[in-house]
Amino acid sequence: MAAHAPTAPRRRWGSTVAGLLVLAVMLFPLYWMLNTALQPDSGLLQVDPVPPGLDLSGFTKALTDQGGNLLTSLLVSAGAVVICLAIAAPAAYGLARFGLRGSRTIVFGTLITQMVPGIVVANALYTSYVDLGLVNSYAGLMLADASLGIPFSIVLMRSFMVSIPGEVIEAAEIDGAGPVRVFLRVVLPMSRNALITSGLFAFLFAWSDFMFALTLNTTDDVKPVTLGIYQYIGAHVGDWGSVMAAAVLSAVPAAILLVLAQKYIAAGITGGSVK
Amino acid sequence: MTTSTVTAPPSDAAPRKDAVPDPARARLRRRLIRWGFVAPAVLFMLLFFGYPLVRNVVMSFQHYTPKTFFTGEAPFNGADNWSSVLQDALFGKALWHTLVFTAGSLLGQFCIGLALAVFFNRRFPLNGVLRSLILLPWLVPMVVSGIVWRRILDQDTGVLNTFLDTLGLGGHTPWLTSPGMALLSVILVNIWIGIPFNMVILYGGLQEIPKELYEAASLDGASAWRAFRSVTLPMLKPVITVVLVLGFMSTVKILDLILALTDGGPADATQTLGTLTYQNSFVELDFGAGAVVGNVLILISAVFAVFYLRANRTEGK
Repeated sequence: MAAHAPTAPRRRWGSTVAGLLVLAVMLFPLYWMLNTALQPDSGLLQVDPVPPGLDLSGFTKALTDQGGNLLTSLLVSAGAVVICLAIAAPAAYGLARFGLRGSRTIVFGTLITQMVPGIVVANALYTSYVDLGLVNSYAGLMLADASLGIPFSIVLMRSFMVSIPGEVIEAAEIDGAGPVRVFLRVVLPMSRNALITSGLFAFLFAWSDFMFALTLNTTDDVKPVTLGIYQYIGAHVGDWGSVMAAAVLSAVPAAILLVLAQKYIAAGITGGSVK
Repeated sequence: MTTSTVTAPPSDAAPRKDAVPDPARARLRRRLIRWGFVAPAVLFMLLFFGYPLVRNVVMSFQHYTPKTFFTGEAPFNGADNWSSVLQDALFGKALWHTLVFTAGSLLGQFCIGLALAVFFNRRFPLNGVLRSLILLPWLVPMVVSGIVWRRILDQDTGVLNTFLDTLGLGGHTPWLTSPGMALLSVILVNIWIGIPFNMVILYGGLQEIPKELYEAASLDGASAWRAFRSVTLPMLKPVITVVLVLGFMSTVKILDLILALTDGGPADATQTLGTLTYQNSFVELDFGAGAVVGNVLILISAVFAVFYLRANRTEGK
């Protein structure tokens, strides 16, 4: 080790430079999105590599046109998170601890749902939604979007709850707490991290959803921003500045979450998939 | 545990008849409460995953028209949907595009993701920051990424062609507008989207490999490449399987990205099973034909899942 010491720091910073280059290539499209958004006048012309000034008119226009859709996205995603956690957390606990007959089958079924293509779900769901009057409704879209996060959350939280020491739960039971109280007072607080990670991903899945928004809505009543932008390029072909400004706004939650909740995201990607 | 309720009644509660716990009843009550935890999730998954699977099979034998949603009538029409969809040249095209798209995307995402995972597995300053920032493309809604790339890949004013032109490398490639190029372009964009996910999972797997194995390999005089082949790859195998399976599941059903980039065009050059299902059902309003394509999509996933489970089982033994 000692013999290598003089060269090591330089080699390490070399890796940093290489890493920065990789990052630059990977993030370039996102930079270009922001850059185009700041040059609303370029329209269909070529875009300068850096914005000549701080022209925010593209953002003003995008906010006027897509502000309502952003709120819709927020509302639908929040609703989907609530539904997702309310259904997945108790199930994860039940599957982790109760030793119910059929638990294994249910866990297996949960994993298998990940291979059901969304468009197939939408195909059948649409016809039922028509019958139930759920087309063009907030409730309908929230439920459909919750389906994107529920299997993931069950798998993630279950693998966490299995590792809660049995003695903790037994101690609460000896104190006279029933299963519901044990769950609410002991299990949920202890599973805080798993809950946050699940909620975070349920939010991202719902926020990113385009397919259910596209297929389960036939009017403009419930239009999330993903659908809004998609229709925007159809209607405003020449106005790339506003389209890109809307795209930037729709990417903001992801960026914020990445900064604020980095460790949960890394935990979710590995935990939810490997287990 | 099970006897606690039986021994519970104290003497002063004994006279009240209904307070005497009936063990069978208590057990039933406890079972009901326990199932109450799991039942909503089971019901939800049956409604949102189980039911659509069954419904799609039924729908594929029904005749849907735009009028169906007013009259509520979708008469059974035998195998008409199946024969007309399967005989349509577009179906064969879409199937082929789906396979090429899936194979190409997985290959690219996995190889680059693995290379980056190995790269970030070394210690260097700012490693953690760079690694988490690379996740950003994966977190942006896919349809939004698609729209951004649509602008970048524009033949006349997109930045990619401008850049290639400056380098003197042509710069007039019709990335998304020529039937010969479009599928490749869509694959390249999807590789970009999938790299972070592959990288993070593979990186997690690399971190689990005990360092002693590498020390032993280097004591034996193994080169870096040799160590990679005989230590890293075998140890990483379970994680590699997971990455590829999850990648397959999410790639084979692609829809968002293609709609945003090309809408399945030009001349159906990027039509896949996912977009064809969408088009049949939600553009042509022929839900029967859409269901046929959807069923084929499920069948492909199911065959893949069976292979995967089998591989897993033999490995476990």
